[in-house]
Amino acid sequence: MSWVTKTLNSTLGRKLVMALTGLFLILFLTGHVSGNLLLFKGDGGRAFNEYAKFMTTNPAILILSYLTYISILGHVVYSILLTSYNKKARPINYAVNRPETNSSWSSRNMGILGTIILVFLVVHLQGFWAKMHWGDIPYVTYDGQEYKDLYSVVVFAFRQEWLVALYVIAMGFLAFHLSHGFASAFQTLGLNHRKYSPAIEMIGKIYAIGVPIIFASMPVYLYFTSLK
Amino acid sequence: MDLTLKIWRQKNRADKGGFKEYKIGGISADMSFLEMLDVLNEDLSEKGEDPVHFDHDCREGICGMCSLHINGKPHGPQQTTTCQLHMRSFKDGDTISIEPWRASAFPILKDLVVDRSAFDRIIQAGGYVSVNTGGVPDANEIPIPKVMADEAFDAATCIGCGACVAACKNASAMLFTSAKISQLAMLPQGQVERKDRAEKMVAQMDAEGFGACTNTGACSAECPKGISLTNIARMNREYFSAVVSSNNV
Repeated sequence: MSWVTKTLNSTLGRKLVMALTGLFLILFLTGHVSGNLLLFKGDGGRAFNEYAKFMTTNPAILILSYLTYISILGHVVYSILLTSYNKKARPINYAVNRPETNSSWSSRNMGILGTIILVFLVVHLQGFWAKMHWGDIPYVTYDGQEYKDLYSVVVFAFRQEWLVALYVIAMGFLAFHLSHGFASAFQTLGLNHRKYSPAIEMIGKIYAIGVPIIFASMPVYLYFTSLK
Repeated sequence: MDLTLKIWRQKNRADKGGFKEYKIGGISADMSFLEMLDVLNEDLSEKGEDPVHFDHDCREGICGMCSLHINGKPHGPQQTTTCQLHMRSFKDGDTISIEPWRASAFPILKDLVVDRSAFDRIIQAGGYVSVNTGGVPDANEIPIPKVMADEAFDAATCIGCGACVAACKNASAMLFTSAKISQLAMLPQGQVERKDRAEKMVAQMDAEGFGACTNTGACSAECPKGISLTNIARMNREYFSAVVSSNNV
């Protein structure tokens, strides 16, 4: 085994992959939530559709999108590797155990939270991303140029209460996942310092609450505006 | 006080093992937890039964030999070693569950005794410094800043009891290994083998079958010596910088 594969197969190396992919996905979420704020613009979706076209055709974005796919895949594959490895380290559990006295619930259930988020992601990608890329989608014309009308697909989807509820609940799980994952990734990278770690933890908590709330507010907003 | 004890009994490595219940009376609140077990074992010996096997040595909280997962926590309800836990932490009529450390890297030898030699092998892999033998060196011959000496000493207070492994949901030995890597990485004497040490000790930790770290913080919260999680971050830095810069291909 070369030193690279040996490192990536070590417990620390696997955690490194989890941290780096996790942090990249956090960057992705930041971009995703910022761009989607255009849904609130109230211009009939023009800005959002123009943004959607840019995001699916710009070559620089294409590179970022492939990095995002790789990060999702890497994060999932390595979490499975780590979970099965960790289970082997304790084949017999304690009959009486009180982990709630020494650690947070989300830190102990990152795998479960991640699995729920992955299931949500499949539903989410199938509903919008796959439609945008290969689906049957209406077109609109702004200033003589044709655009895929993703906005109307989004607006139509969020007329359904169950989908709105699903999105809001999924964002709750995302919040718990991020509340541990954000600061944990820095710790894994060895970035622990008495000057910066408290700030990282604080930003992590704010991010973990803020970003899912903004995401969840989108389907809720669209649902209530569709009632008018 | 009168107590009900649910104790894990296991004849040997191969035995499946199981809980056995014991009633015990006349326990003083001033007794240590181990003295309470001594009383139980005297009873059992008088009855001609096999006494409960458990590890202990100094009974002063400094050697790291005692273990026991008591009522769902390593070393019981207080953040001390089991020998420094006293029966005043319990109430009359309590049921106390006592289990061995659970980790595949710590196989059970008998009852509550586990084999923690995996820790010794991690130390053997790199937890040392090479020095020339000879006369005793003069004090302060090597200048070490006080803050560094203190931080290294904080890491060195690890007594290797294994509570971190016992508390971790992944049975990870990262707090132990990181403390042992840290205490040498911060001192001038530890620089020669610094990179080798990080690589070898982490490799041995993995080879022993300890789990990975999820940064739950359970290890540090249960550590009787309060070893900090900053050591794990330091180990990660030491390890990653070692693998990219060492000569080990």
